[in-house]
Amino acid sequence: MSHNHCASILSLGLKIALAAMTSLVIPLSSGAYANPHEFKLANGLRLIVKEDHRSPVVISQIWYKAGSIDELNGATGIAHALEHMMFKGTERVPGGAFSKRIAAAGGRENAFTGRDYTAYFQQLHKSQLPLAMELESDRMRNLILTKEEFSKEIQVVMEERRLRTDDKPHALVHEKMMAAAYQAHPYQRPIIGWMNDLENMRVRDAKEWYDRWYAPNNAILVVVGDVKPREVFALAQKYYGGITPRPLLPLALRKPQTEPVQVGIKRLTVKAPAKLPYLTMGYHAPTLRNASADWEPYALEMLVGVLDGNASARLNKELVRERRIANSAGAGYDSTARGPGMFYLYGTPSEGKTTSDLETALRGEMEKLMLDGVTEEELARVKAQVVASHVFRLDSMFYQAMQIGQLESVGLSYRDLEIIVKKLQSVTAEQVREVAKKYVKDDSLTVAVLDPQPLEQKLPFAGSGGLRH
Amino acid sequence: MQFTRLLVVLLLSIYSQFALATLPIQLWQTTAGTWVYFVESRGLPILDISVDFDAGSSTDTPETSGRANLTLQLLSLGAGGLSEDQIAKSLADVGAELGGRFDQDRAGVSIRTLSSTRERNQALDVLGRVIQRPEFPEDVLERERTRVITGLKDADTKPDHIASHTLKKMLYGSHPYGLRSSGEIASLELLQRKDLLDLYQSRYLAANAVISIMGDVSRVEAAAIAEALTRDLPQGKLNVTLPAVAAPVAETRRITHPASQSHIILAYPGLRRDDPDFFPLVVGNYILGGGGFVSRLMQEIRQNRGLAYSVYSSFSPLRQEGPFEIGLQTKKEQSEESLRITQQVLTKFIESGPTQKELIAAKQNIIGGFPLRLDSNKKIVDQLAMIGFYNLPLTYLDDYVKAIGKVTTLQVKKAFQRRIKPEGMVTVVVGAVENK
Repeated sequence: MSHNHCASILSLGLKIALAAMTSLVIPLSSGAYANPHEFKLANGLRLIVKEDHRSPVVISQIWYKAGSIDELNGATGIAHALEHMMFKGTERVPGGAFSKRIAAAGGRENAFTGRDYTAYFQQLHKSQLPLAMELESDRMRNLILTKEEFSKEIQVVMEERRLRTDDKPHALVHEKMMAAAYQAHPYQRPIIGWMNDLENMRVRDAKEWYDRWYAPNNAILVVVGDVKPREVFALAQKYYGGITPRPLLPLALRKPQTEPVQVGIKRLTVKAPAKLPYLTMGYHAPTLRNASADWEPYALEMLVGVLDGNASARLNKELVRERRIANSAGAGYDSTARGPGMFYLYGTPSEGKTTSDLETALRGEMEKLMLDGVTEEELARVKAQVVASHVFRLDSMFYQAMQIGQLESVGLSYRDLEIIVKKLQSVTAEQVREVAKKYVKDDSLTVAVLDPQPLEQKLPFAGSGGLRH
Repeated sequence: MQFTRLLVVLLLSIYSQFALATLPIQLWQTTAGTWVYFVESRGLPILDISVDFDAGSSTDTPETSGRANLTLQLLSLGAGGLSEDQIAKSLADVGAELGGRFDQDRAGVSIRTLSSTRERNQALDVLGRVIQRPEFPEDVLERERTRVITGLKDADTKPDHIASHTLKKMLYGSHPYGLRSSGEIASLELLQRKDLLDLYQSRYLAANAVISIMGDVSRVEAAAIAEALTRDLPQGKLNVTLPAVAAPVAETRRITHPASQSHIILAYPGLRRDDPDFFPLVVGNYILGGGGFVSRLMQEIRQNRGLAYSVYSSFSPLRQEGPFEIGLQTKKEQSEESLRITQQVLTKFIESGPTQKELIAAKQNIIGGFPLRLDSNKKIVDQLAMIGFYNLPLTYLDDYVKAIGKVTTLQVKKAFQRRIKPEGMVTVVVGAVENK
């Protein structure tokens, strides 16, 4: 168990995950997934409760609308570092007592930091929901941040960076590609932060961040499980109701930091110890702003589905199975975000093929699609998967809560789930072709390539230089 | 302490009520001799099925290493007159998801589909072909062999993979559990289509298979489904035997790697599925390094010293002794210090055992958290597959909770002392500090 920062899961790995955020498009047989219930406390805290009575358990998640997007240069990684510090105790629940009490209640807990949010959760028997609320509300306001604890925990965060990025060639390529693709927008910075920023981070940075963003009027509490909405509301009133709001900027008033238009292709190479090369291509793309009025993000989701939504989708069929140019190939698109989106193509060439061969092949697939469009059969297949994967998600309380929290924390609404599925179902083949033609173009492309290095030689790669203090 | 002890008893009763009320497992045998484990659940329009065979990587030999994995991989890449593309399309057209499960003991195929008639029938038709009439096309074998080999070459540059692969060999020596599940390049290069067919014919047997069904179908429908999925499986009966696992030769191996962190793993043969020490070791492991943020290892390595992001201990029960492992990653310069502290924590735990307070906390978590292991169809079908494959009693889940409740500190201490020998462990450090 660990503190995650899972933005990469929510972006590159998304594929048709958004498509799975749907609602009642097919007749469902019981009341287990009644629409969520929404409440608002006087201090601004929003509560969304979704009933699922299949098991006597509950998940409680609190989402703060503060992520790496809100960080400033020199203090990258502070949102995530504070997430780690949130487990270090308050006056009433000191040291590791938070985790001990959740564990003793049979609970599981963790937290994750994304580009747009930071979230904390507990999963427990439904009888333990009051405990989760008591502890979570306490640390919304009463966290004790000490120099001693911070100096140890920041070492843990640096180990996390080494583990997840510095020593993981594909993650390193992704990090450097984002840094190149965005010139101005904060999505250029890694969620975990640059190593040098971590080395120079101090407890006062954490304190400032905490005081600025951790407030009921910047949070959404999502509860899914075998609960009664009214009772959850009463609990939320009891535990969170007394916390005073802070003056802080709502999402709509935070600076947009709009990325200047890219005016030509960018290319970069990353050297790291590996055997296989790797290629990733990122094209700037829009994200969902208005679930009812927008159409392009839905068409881009369908585009990803046609390319990589199932084992018979184009990239796997053409490049891996038939032409055998790639050992693996995929597409991705992050459609829901506070900031701008990106459409990705990526893959590993087969032995004997180069990243350049793979790039040519990927471009070929896109050109073919722009010329001939997609078939109704392909589109229907992706739509069938949209419907099924929505239903499948209902099997997990965790993901039901995730869907609600993610939409809410990027400025959309849980109510948009219903609209999103309808809109995905209504995408036409021509719209898929249109977004491909509009967004898949060289002027807004960044290409990053992993240049594999043998293990034997000394390498000038991340880590060795950055580790000494 | 009296109060918390009472709490354990209370939690136990909450749980028992829940499990007995909600997990009524039905069990029968198909005409072909396959055992079927079924739980009917009408809450969601979903059907989950898992079919498990005695065909894991321990069926490989050094000469055929990689055969079992490749056989499982190829099942869905051409079967029953359908090409791999037709199989993929048929499943995608109804939104069904085909999955696999593979370890030393088991090779399993699972499917998740909507339970509505058209979707279900189409998905199950494909599943039936995949497990009963795989074709192992030559050209697909060539391609997949190449992909696996390419993947292995890349994996052999990754410190985590080098560590776990090296450790497995050190831990199990010539026992089949020591073979790499994806195989070795040399053995993969020699595998023929016939080898895969042989394994399929001898190991994907109706009489040894287990079908687990969870979800939105009736008992009658489930019976028909199980019949259709097993009618044409290979016939024959097999008494699966595996050699006993011997104690390893104690050794610490340090391997250089340019990564910034060292990957450290310590291991010793651990638990069998039918192990008499199962429950004391599970409870003890929670306290030592299994219990998330509250374990001793987490406390000493991460919370107190900031040496690692992740540190854990785990048992992976198998038919024979699966590995007991302790693992962590830390920057190179502090790898020896971290290894020393880890060994100290383990040695002290084995010498003195857990405290009464730790024992109670562990039971509270394992028992109180048990409903979380059964809170989705997916988790339940996985439990059914495990119970069925290892032939555990239908009351296993209830027994589990009761058995945990009875474990004492002395049992934990004695079980660890009997089973885990710190001085006999195998240890690997990948990304060791180079000697200048």
